[in-house]
Amino acid sequence: MNDTQAYYESSRCLFCYDAPCVNACPTGIDIPLFIRQINSGNTIGAARTIYNSNYFGNACGKVCPTDVLCEGACVYNLQEVKPIEIGRLQSYAASKAMDENVTLFETGKSNGKFAVVIGAGPAGISCACELRLNGFEVDIYEAKEKPSGLTLYGVAPYKITNDDALKEIVYLQDQFEFIINFNSPVTEKKDFEELEKKYDVIFLGIGLGETSQLRIRGEELENCLGAAEFIAELRIEKHNVKVGKKVIVLGGGNTAMDAASESSRMGAEKVILAYRRSATEMGAYGFEFDLAKGVGVEGMFNVSPMEIIGNGKVSGVKFIRTKTVNGKVENIEGSEFIEECDMVIKATGQMKQRDILSNIPGLKLDEKGRVIANPETFQTDNPKYFAAGDVYNGGVEVVNAVAEAKKAAKGIVDWLIG
Amino acid sequence: MPDLSVNFAGIKAPNPFWLASAPPTNSGYQIMKAFDAGWGGAVWKTLGIPVVNVSSRYGSVNYRDSRMMGFSNIELITDRPLKDNLKEIEEVKKYFPDHAVIVSLMVESRKEWHQIVKDAENAGADGLELNFGCPHGMCERGMGSAVGQEPEVLKTIVEWVKEVAKTPVIVKLTPNISDITEPGQAAKQGGGDAISLINTIQSIVGVDIDNFVPYPYVDGKSTNGGYCGPAVKPIAMNMIKNCAQDPAIGLPISGIGGIENWRDAVEFMLLGAGTVQVCTAVMHYGFGIIREIIPGFESYMKEKGFNTVAEMTGKALPNTTTWENLNLDYKIIAEIHKEKCIGCQLCYIACEDGAHQAIRLSENGTRVPQIIEENCVGCNLCSLVCPVEGCIEMIRKDDGKKYETWKDRTDSGNIPTTFNDKLAGGLHHWVPEPLSALKNKR
Ligand SMILES: Cc1cc2nc3c(=O)[nH]c(=O)nc-3n(C[C@H](O)[C@H](O)[C@H](O)COP(=O)(O)OP(=O)(O)OC[C@H]3O[C@@H](n4cnc5c(N)ncnc54)[C@H](O)[C@@H]3O)c2cc1C
Ligand SMILES: Cc1cc2nc3c(=O)[nH]c(=O)nc-3n(C[C@H](O)[C@H](O)[C@H](O)COP(=O)(O)O)c2cc1C
Ligand code: SF4
Ligand code: SF4
Ligand code: SF4
Repeated sequence: MNDTQAYYESSRCLFCYDAPCVNACPTGIDIPLFIRQINSGNTIGAARTIYNSNYFGNACGKVCPTDVLCEGACVYNLQEVKPIEIGRLQSYAASKAMDENVTLFETGKSNGKFAVVIGAGPAGISCACELRLNGFEVDIYEAKEKPSGLTLYGVAPYKITNDDALKEIVYLQDQFEFIINFNSPVTEKKDFEELEKKYDVIFLGIGLGETSQLRIRGEELENCLGAAEFIAELRIEKHNVKVGKKVIVLGGGNTAMDAASESSRMGAEKVILAYRRSATEMGAYGFEFDLAKGVGVEGMFNVSPMEIIGNGKVSGVKFIRTKTVNGKVENIEGSEFIEECDMVIKATGQMKQRDILSNIPGLKLDEKGRVIANPETFQTDNPKYFAAGDVYNGGVEVVNAVAEAKKAAKGIVDWLIG
Repeated sequence: MPDLSVNFAGIKAPNPFWLASAPPTNSGYQIMKAFDAGWGGAVWKTLGIPVVNVSSRYGSVNYRDSRMMGFSNIELITDRPLKDNLKEIEEVKKYFPDHAVIVSLMVESRKEWHQIVKDAENAGADGLELNFGCPHGMCERGMGSAVGQEPEVLKTIVEWVKEVAKTPVIVKLTPNISDITEPGQAAKQGGGDAISLINTIQSIVGVDIDNFVPYPYVDGKSTNGGYCGPAVKPIAMNMIKNCAQDPAIGLPISGIGGIENWRDAVEFMLLGAGTVQVCTAVMHYGFGIIREIIPGFESYMKEKGFNTVAEMTGKALPNTTTWENLNLDYKIIAEIHKEKCIGCQLCYIACEDGAHQAIRLSENGTRVPQIIEENCVGCNLCSLVCPVEGCIEMIRKDDGKKYETWKDRTDSGNIPTTFNDKLAGGLHHWVPEPLSALKNKR
């Protein structure tokens, strides 16, 4: 968005009272305020408003599903007028502050407490920022060699560039001066014990694990891979990633849409999105499926994969047709068929990090493998541990991780400082 | 088909849409082009002893994404030699004998006035306009608004002009005066045939807050300019109404100030203008806006059954009265049409913080606010801030049988006269306790 676009777009905002867009934002950014600040030529002030509520101001403006959040709630929708482009305005202001390297924050006076954050994703970084603001010393341990978690390794590349994602972390790190130790996974019991000794509090922002197994035959074949891994490779290797000629994507969520769209963009001749239920029952947002169809992805519904076929390499998928009876998916006997392909992408959800989490004494998980924590303070059943983001909510959006982590930091402050 | 042609104080024109004396009428080239596009008349850029101008000359007030909602200039009268202008006037008249070419004039001495009036008429002017309006530069030299602000001087100059003029004389009034009817009456007394108003309003449109210099910027300095464009339309209309209603003036009026489209022109006519003049809108969009003005104006006339412009001139004047003649028994209150509401709650906060606490937020989980009828004074604010057309309607609540004005009540001794009078209009009107405003206890 350029200055002129931002000016015109910001002129349209009505400055609603108790604005529905704000209520729809998990981080509660004062949207009418920052839009008014853009309009009056105080773009840095707008950035301050944004970052005060959301440390991933720029990233969120780009990767948030705004159609179902702020922009979906904008009152203009009710007039069948295009809603305010809140996401783009937000990134416009936030990136201005980053580009001009404006110092928005100063760290708080040291309070003598030491915190460790595990995972440098949106949750971990947000928590670290907020704790530094409150005078904590903060060290971050990150398994990978780069920060920003799935914003870098997961979100589809058309939404945000690697440079953009990393720039925001550098911008925050310059102001908050937390330390990130890269290539430093924390996994073993002894690792946790060590940290417990060294730090006053531990924040878990480790997100989710690899793509879950389907538990069908042929999953080990070459060219059968998980969607999260496929996109991670795409994000890092970019155009060097090879896609098949005919790709079948298994799943009906937003990740499936991303994987299918990206395969098509990368040059696959045919991309089929295969889903167990009907089109209307998909978990993905309507606009995400529309985007996928827009780049040529075909939908194949009410089919369930039974086996990945191939000799060393993938050559097809054996499906069975399904129907939904009383909300349950049932296979239709005798309806098996084989759809040929040379690549299968499983977008069937990510696994929870149960193994790692089981090394923390007293930590409780719910039946779905999510860490249980107080929804206000984000303190877990082991009081020294706080958790937020995907590891807590089971995988939602960047903005949710950011919002929760900020609250968790406040929970930590209340617990240790009172 | 309605007849658009006009005879304005003896000046004939194919339509009442004229260009005001300003940059768009600087040259024969521009005026020919304008007539060709459809304009009915033009007031030539003011002639006199040519001036020297500065750069820059213009400033503007932009409102959100609308540019030049208000416009300001520090330009003076023509900077071209008189003979060039006269030659071009002649040429325009040759090709457009039926269009109105009015020549605007501004000089100092009686002798100069006599000379320039003759020159303009010899060149073929259909009428003259005396510029007593320019609020900057020229007035420092004792011309323009310096004259317009002194009714006696104005009258004298009109008399000088009338001593020699053969064509109708329009006196252009400056709005930079507290009572516009005073120069209007002086124009009449001096023998003027018509008045035109308004000229520009003294103003500063903005300040460069980094360099501490107002706009327009002339090498680190600036001066007050003349304000015009859409922003001044309400001021112009009020002054036109004042002149139109003054029996001591009784002259045809050419209305000027912020006119952009057919609707603006209609409004000016209804308040008493016989013709209208346009400057800023043409400086903004070019002569082509006449393509929108004429058909819009015509279809309005057709719809209302007006055959001539004269029939509509002043139509709103009988309904424009003084405050003391308004009906105090007329009661309206706001009503929200739920199905149209988009839930912005602007009406709520406007009434809550800026009016009478007569709107509450919905209690049933929707975002459609509710009017508290007992508290609503019918001020209109909510319906003005509501972004949805027709969503908040003001509904009449009195039975329409009573009609008592402030004047009537004064006559019958029924008005508040002491500070705590029982007749105070707001006496029984509910206002919340001051302390209930605070969210946190103090
Ligand atoms: C394919 C895909 C597409 C998505 N698209 C969008 C989108 O368009 N918009 C959107 O808002 N959200 C999207 N999401 C969701 C979003 O990326 C996540 O909700 C968000 O990143 C969660 O943040 P987090 O900090 O909780 O976890 P993560 O982003 O997963 O970050 C966790 C971090 O912890 C590190 N870590 C993990 N284990 C350890 C360990 N044991 N020791 C040390 N470090 C560890 C990881 O390396 C990682 O850096 C998408 C997710 C996926 C998978
Ligand atoms: C740049 C500029 C120069 C003007 N010069 C003159 C002038 O020479 N003589 C005159 O009578 N009025 C002059 N005016 C005033 C206009 O004729 C007109 O009265 C005023 O602009 C209001 O009309 P508008 O709102 O349509 O612009 C000038 C206005 C502008 C903007
Ligand atoms: S709902 Fe839309 S118009 Fe209202 S404040 Fe939010 S962005 Fe502006
Ligand atoms: S008309 Fe005035 S007093 Fe009545 S509800 Fe609207 S804003 Fe309030
Ligand atoms: S201003 Fe109009 S649209 Fe907005 S809440 Fe009030 S009634 Fe509804």
